[in-house]
Amino acid sequence: MDLLLIKEGFPLLSFLIFLPLAGALVLLFYHGEAFARLWALLITSLTAVCSLPLLFDFDPTSSKYQFAELYTWIPRLKINYIVGMDGISILLVLLTTLIMPFCVLASWKYIQQRVTPFMFCLLVMETSMIGVFVALDFVLFYIFWEFMLIPMYLLIAVWGGPRKAYASIKFFLYTLAGSVLLLVAIIALYLKSGSFFIPEMMWQPYSLTFQVLVFLAFFLAFAIKVPMFPFHTWLPAAHVEAPTAGSVILASVLLKMGTYGMLRFCLPITPDATMLLAQPILWLSIAGILYGGFTALAQQDMKKLIAYSSVGHMGFVTLGIFVLNSRGIEGALLQMINHGVTTGALFLCVGMIYERTHSRELALATGVGKYMPWFVTFLAFFSLSSFGFPGTNSFIGEFLVLAGTFEYNTFLALAAIPGAVLAAAYMLRMLQKVVWGGTANPDQSYLTDIGVREIAVLTPFLLFVFWIGLGPQPFLDLMHTSVSTLIDQLHHWQQHQQVAAVPWH
Amino acid sequence: MVILPELVLAAGALALFLVSLSKTPSAQTAKSVAMVFGLATFAATLFAFQSQGSLFYGAYAVDQYSQLFKAFIGFSLALLLIFGQNLKGISPNVRPEYYLFLLLSVLGLMLLVSSVELIAIFISLELSSFALYLLVPMRDDRTGIRVQMEAGMKYVLFGVMATGFMLYGMSLLFGLTGTTYLKDIIAFLAKGDLQPTVVVAVLLVLAGFFYKLAVFPMHFWVPDVYQGASNETAGFIATLPKFGAVALLIRFLTVPTGQSSFLIELMAVLALCSMFYGNLSALVQKDIKRMLGFSGIAHAGFVLLGLLALDREGYGVAIYYIAGYVLMNLACFLVISNVSREGENVRIEDVNGLYKRQPVLAFVLAVGLFGLAGIPPFVGFMGKFMILTSALRADHVVVVCLAAINTAIAIYYYLSVVKAAYTAEPGERPPVTVHPSIQLAGVVLVLAITLLGALPARFIDFASTVVQTLL
Repeated sequence: MDLLLIKEGFPLLSFLIFLPLAGALVLLFYHGEAFARLWALLITSLTAVCSLPLLFDFDPTSSKYQFAELYTWIPRLKINYIVGMDGISILLVLLTTLIMPFCVLASWKYIQQRVTPFMFCLLVMETSMIGVFVALDFVLFYIFWEFMLIPMYLLIAVWGGPRKAYASIKFFLYTLAGSVLLLVAIIALYLKSGSFFIPEMMWQPYSLTFQVLVFLAFFLAFAIKVPMFPFHTWLPAAHVEAPTAGSVILASVLLKMGTYGMLRFCLPITPDATMLLAQPILWLSIAGILYGGFTALAQQDMKKLIAYSSVGHMGFVTLGIFVLNSRGIEGALLQMINHGVTTGALFLCVGMIYERTHSRELALATGVGKYMPWFVTFLAFFSLSSFGFPGTNSFIGEFLVLAGTFEYNTFLALAAIPGAVLAAAYMLRMLQKVVWGGTANPDQSYLTDIGVREIAVLTPFLLFVFWIGLGPQPFLDLMHTSVSTLIDQLHHWQQHQQVAAVPWH
Repeated sequence: MVILPELVLAAGALALFLVSLSKTPSAQTAKSVAMVFGLATFAATLFAFQSQGSLFYGAYAVDQYSQLFKAFIGFSLALLLIFGQNLKGISPNVRPEYYLFLLLSVLGLMLLVSSVELIAIFISLELSSFALYLLVPMRDDRTGIRVQMEAGMKYVLFGVMATGFMLYGMSLLFGLTGTTYLKDIIAFLAKGDLQPTVVVAVLLVLAGFFYKLAVFPMHFWVPDVYQGASNETAGFIATLPKFGAVALLIRFLTVPTGQSSFLIELMAVLALCSMFYGNLSALVQKDIKRMLGFSGIAHAGFVLLGLLALDREGYGVAIYYIAGYVLMNLACFLVISNVSREGENVRIEDVNGLYKRQPVLAFVLAVGLFGLAGIPPFVGFMGKFMILTSALRADHVVVVCLAAINTAIAIYYYLSVVKAAYTAEPGERPPVTVHPSIQLAGVVLVLAITLLGALPARFIDFASTVVQTLL
């Protein structure tokens, strides 16, 4: 347990986990719609504000798990309530807490029916998302990981678009089917290591066969969540049908859980299997990047376009993780945040168009630039960011990932380059159509530009786009120690394996 | 006073008998009497929770093990009586008899969990079963084709067959050891020199309880009986007898057979068959009760997986699992009994838009079904997790993987009901009005399902300690 820096005094992480849940329980008793909106905004904002001390008190020079809390839970099976946070998870936690108030704001007018249950689901969702990123006990992690399916399912199934039933069931079945074997792997790891404490499972001398099996179970669960090509088919359906807030949560936070899982579990728990299987996964990532790009190029539905672009972007993230060097992993982590910011913002933009035209068809949204100048300004910046234009956040992330990939294998990096070009192609195509369109634009004169609330929603995203784009160092500093410790341990492990040359059994 | 719960039940049955004697039996009186005695039974089980004793020349043991099960049975009975208070599918003029047989059946179950001698076990089991056989055909005939009679016949015929197996097994045990006391049988067989007949005898006895638990291949009665019986009766069949079955399965699994690896393999196969059969068949059901019947077969497979470990941990976990299963099933049947307007069966589309028609019931249903599907933080997940852990500890990797895959299959049919309740529009279907006490019972179930799932430590510790006394 020396890996934990136990936090004395106020249990901040638990507070962050359970505050939204408590807020949600209040909504069970007060049903007013106006109250529900304000209350959800209040609770999510409070959570966001309370999460800021995490940033100030975080010690970026330590790779230990900070703000840790430890309570016994089920002593018979050595299951404890352990939460903690290191450089890998801090940005993801902050991303989650900071993005939630905007999800509430984005649903202010969009959601007109069953407002209270909607806000209830959002708040419960926040609890389980924060929980996933800070849980250090595998059972606790799994509980948050699985529980999340219920509110997310309801968000899509109740407030979704026309094909919501199909999309929501597909989402639920896919992700659940992926994670059942994860449970078996967790139990198997427990029986080998004697505890559910995640750091104690890392860097243990498991046999290669065991590692490969565990890795595959992990990989299936996380690859579906990411989603990696070819497990991605649930994503476009879910994205298209989900309400705006659902899409934002899905894109900004949920997808990150998959890559977070790969980084947190696959690498340190099954290092040999990771090194053994990295190659095919890297090529799957390349396939995802190219496939996502080409498919996005052909989409007529704006949400689908962004959904497929997500497949491509997440391909960059997995690419960065499995090149197994510090540039790649730092780039992947940064890219996770970037994708959360940029794609979240893009979904918000599409939501704003949808509220006005009641359609996500690209053809019906052409030429709105004339009538919605503010809107297209925001859209332009987010689109530029999405394909990694220099000066925006994604440029830094993709650059780091590609630099790491070149370090690993030049050929692989060259294969990823067309993905970046494709991204520019499909985003610019969308941007051109939305801003100017052609000669046959539908009449858009009835459109009103975005209001103060909507500008207030988009501005913080834009701020982060440029902040990370122009001055990424503070963000990289936060994760640097944890990532380099991870890489050091991996190298150490590798050398140890070579020196010992133990025949794998 | 060690058998206070049994005495209260017997008194309740007698009182109902008196009510049924009147020329114009009042359904209202019968209900009140049954309620009072049902709640009193629950109170009595709590009161007698710590009592210890051995009665009737050692044939009847009152210990922590039996009292734990009695408390479960008492609690479930109280809830069942509260949410089934309208008894929509039962004609008012047979209600005194209905309650009479219901209480007798529960009495049989209570006697069963305390019985430690073959004849006593047999008699209690039959008391419980025969009272239950009568409840099934008491349903009103609404279809004109008398499905309730068909269901009753199937239940009796399969039940009698299972009893035959069990009796045969018991006679073999008696023949081998010369005693009917379970303790003496175990002591005799533990001395070694076991003949293959022992495993046959134990298996035959187990078959009788597999029937109660609805384990493959003793499951054939389940779908038709669930469908044919009235909603409340099906709710009873689906819940309380499972306690008796698990209690006695554990007792008989402690009998040394000398072939435990064979027994384990056989049980693993049966567990998997139950899961696959139950889950795959449930996928295509339209009638919710029938679906829950098949899901019950699948869950029986899971219980068997817990028993597979043949150790204290496994037994404790199996008790935890069955307690959780009964709670979740009660939640589902609570909703079914009250959504049904005149006691007819409830199809999946009948719960359409339940969120609007009766939000509390919709919530109870969702929690019950997500729990059965094994989604955290509900008790179904913890139970599944513990069972998989204990089975994997015993090195049944393939079985565990297949069982885990089964949970992925199962989610589809549970989800389709939740989908109907929460996303479909009610259309022409009217709102559902229920008595506040039923809503309260629903909330109690939701709390129990969640809390037992989130904080299982003390329960499992207790169950495992209690089981220790048997070994």
